[in-house]
Amino acid sequence: MTRQMTGADMVVQALKDQGVDTIFGYPGGAVLPVYDAIFQQNDIKHILVRHEQAAIHAAEAYARSTGKVGVALVTSGPGATNAVTGLTDALLDSIPIVVFSGQVPTFMIGTDGFQEADTIGITRPCTKHNWLVKDTNALAETIHQAFHVATSGRPGPVLIDLPKDVQFADGTYVGPQKARKSHYQPKLKADIEQINDLAALIEKAERPVFYTGGGVINSGPAASQLLRELVEATGFPITSTLMGLGAYPASGDKWLGMLGMHGLYEANMAMHGCDLMINIGARFDDRITGRLDAFSPGSIKAHIDIDPSSLNKVIQVDLPIVGDIAHVLEDLLKVWKSRGRKTKDISAWTKQIADWRAVRCLDYKNSETVIKPQYALQRFEELTKGMDRYITTEVGQHQMWAAQFLGFEDPNRWMTSGGLGTMGYGFPASIGVQVAHPDSLVVNVAGEASWLMNMQEMGTAIQYNLPVKQFILNNERLGMVRQWQQLLHGERYSNSWSDALPDFVKLAEAFGAKGIQCSDPKDLDDAIMEMINYDGPVIFDCLVEKHENCFPMIPSGKPHNEMLLGDASTEDAIKSDGAVLV
Amino acid sequence: MSALHIKKGSTSHSAYELRDPNGEIIEKHTLAVLVENEPGVLARVIGLFSGRGYNIESLTVAEVDHLGHRSRITIVTTGTPNVIEQIKAQLGRIVPVHEVHDLTVEGQSVERELAMFKVAGTGDKRIEALRLAEIFRANVVDSTLESFVFEMTGTSEKIDAFAELMRPLGLIEQARTGVAALSRGPK
Ligand SMILES: Cc1ncc(C[n+]2csc(CCOP(=O)(O)OP(=O)(O)O)c2C)c(N)n1
Ligand SMILES: [Mg+2]
Repeated sequence: MTRQMTGADMVVQALKDQGVDTIFGYPGGAVLPVYDAIFQQNDIKHILVRHEQAAIHAAEAYARSTGKVGVALVTSGPGATNAVTGLTDALLDSIPIVVFSGQVPTFMIGTDGFQEADTIGITRPCTKHNWLVKDTNALAETIHQAFHVATSGRPGPVLIDLPKDVQFADGTYVGPQKARKSHYQPKLKADIEQINDLAALIEKAERPVFYTGGGVINSGPAASQLLRELVEATGFPITSTLMGLGAYPASGDKWLGMLGMHGLYEANMAMHGCDLMINIGARFDDRITGRLDAFSPGSIKAHIDIDPSSLNKVIQVDLPIVGDIAHVLEDLLKVWKSRGRKTKDISAWTKQIADWRAVRCLDYKNSETVIKPQYALQRFEELTKGMDRYITTEVGQHQMWAAQFLGFEDPNRWMTSGGLGTMGYGFPASIGVQVAHPDSLVVNVAGEASWLMNMQEMGTAIQYNLPVKQFILNNERLGMVRQWQQLLHGERYSNSWSDALPDFVKLAEAFGAKGIQCSDPKDLDDAIMEMINYDGPVIFDCLVEKHENCFPMIPSGKPHNEMLLGDASTEDAIKSDGAVLV
Repeated sequence: MSALHIKKGSTSHSAYELRDPNGEIIEKHTLAVLVENEPGVLARVIGLFSGRGYNIESLTVAEVDHLGHRSRITIVTTGTPNVIEQIKAQLGRIVPVHEVHDLTVEGQSVERELAMFKVAGTGDKRIEALRLAEIFRANVVDSTLESFVFEMTGTSEKIDAFAELMRPLGLIEQARTGVAALSRGPK
């Protein structure tokens, strides 16, 4: 389809043609023509957030919970700079989003015009790619290309900067089919010899482990399905990064739990002691590896990733495989089966893992009088397990406890800021998820400090009747910072408490939402049920133990087998050379 | 396992000392990067090097295919073998990058640089400068009674050597293009 229309109409038309029905945004002078076009149609729903950062996080979570592309629209200057944190977040977690920013008209670019910012320059390092469109005739094709780049290969955020005159001017619209094919076509299928090599490794392994990550989720539901098939067929144990939770079900008997800095003992010990590590869509992040020269010293390592730059970046692997997870797993299953579905007897390894599991690393000292944050999450899990449930989180101790204590049976149910660790992500993310899944239970497991960073989104929740539940584990502390100060900085708690907190119940009421406060473990179950059953947004102020530490913990600079399991083991745990690491 | 010809175990180094010059050999590589000639593409390449802490010894860029809008960026960089591999992989995932060639490992290549030198002086020094310029096959592209501008092409090493010789003879300014490089042979 080619026809004449304004640039602003092209934005709307291209979004429709790309199958978009919802966008998140905030208007301003430089995007008024697009807002005008949005006003005059009904196919695309616009959610007005209260801050551009929230628009991006909402779009990210929309994308992650649906497998579709998230779309956001912001104005020039401050609108665009407010989007930078969200773009960086999406880049580090490989989330496909397309962001449109307004820009001063082309003839004013470079004059320090009102609300002019070098958005392309500012966002170049925090997008997968970005475009400044100077000609309305190039706009439609650029938008289609943007969707292609955001979703092809390793997904990521892209940005299109739209000068105001380009939005006003007429041009020729081309549909996605007519648009020129991009040369950007990342490789999906891996070389068959490598698949064969991996099958051979699987046949010979005595202490194997699957180490999976967000790449499995990004590859789509087929990848999770094939992963499950592979795990069941081989019987190999499996662990996952924070980003990969749900790809393999937490109820599966091969499941070791999350690995990494706050991962489970059995998962980290299995990584340390394995003889074959099969990394599927994870990236050897420093939260995972701990000290590199002591990382899984005796293993052969295979690594499957769609992004060639992920391979051999931090850990030199023995068998790097470039390809899309679903494609590679499909081929791998085929090849391994055709070679006779062989594995060694790994019962000694399984027995060893059972012994590690028996350590019960998540055990904590419960209390009759104070709500322990772990207990709050255990009760929450018990009461909501099996529900049609989506979880988002903020960043801090509560995030790690959520990852440890909540179980995910399916992909796309867990939205958290992994790579960037962005406080303020969870609340707008819960909005994005709820918009995509209006009838599901959407809960943001939050810390009080993080939650305040985007609390303005209460307005959005109320305006659009989004019944998001804000489950705040309120320790009146920047808990994760406090924990590090306790362990690393001689208990000098510099600026790590939440002073002058609002009355969260009154705050909820001020916005027209429901507020619940709970401080007694005996009341907790009823309070959680009250939150779940309330038809509307809820702020749940769960007053928890203030000085609880999150364990297990691999202190920075330590290998996996030197995990701290509880407070008793923390004396002098972190040496000064570890303290320089983050 | 040995049948697969793959080595066992991970590397011995840590990310925190990945670029330790004492730990591993530093190599010099010349990369040819073919890119879509669109606005900002050079900024993307340079931003990659600065953002990830890679070295640029020399960088040249010009459009080489006007109809196809292709530019060729030639980068001379240094790093450990792992870092060089990372640089190539990172370059490869920049969207407008079409091809990345490592001329240092993909067979033999020829490298040239163009340089201009302004040498001011009179008497013996002036005569000596002109004599050396002949030996180095540098051309005189401007002259006054007390100065020359020499132009020469050659390897960076040859240009360095000429610059050293000119220094005591009145070298006051020089301009260099950086390295351009092509692989040898018909392909
Ligand atoms: C935007 C941002 N600023 C600072 C930090 C550093 N940081 C990490 S966790 C944390 C404390 C979070 O406190 P809270 O949200 O109350 O969670 P808790 O750890 O207490 O569960 C801070 C300040 C961050 N991750 N993000
Ligand atoms: Mg807190």
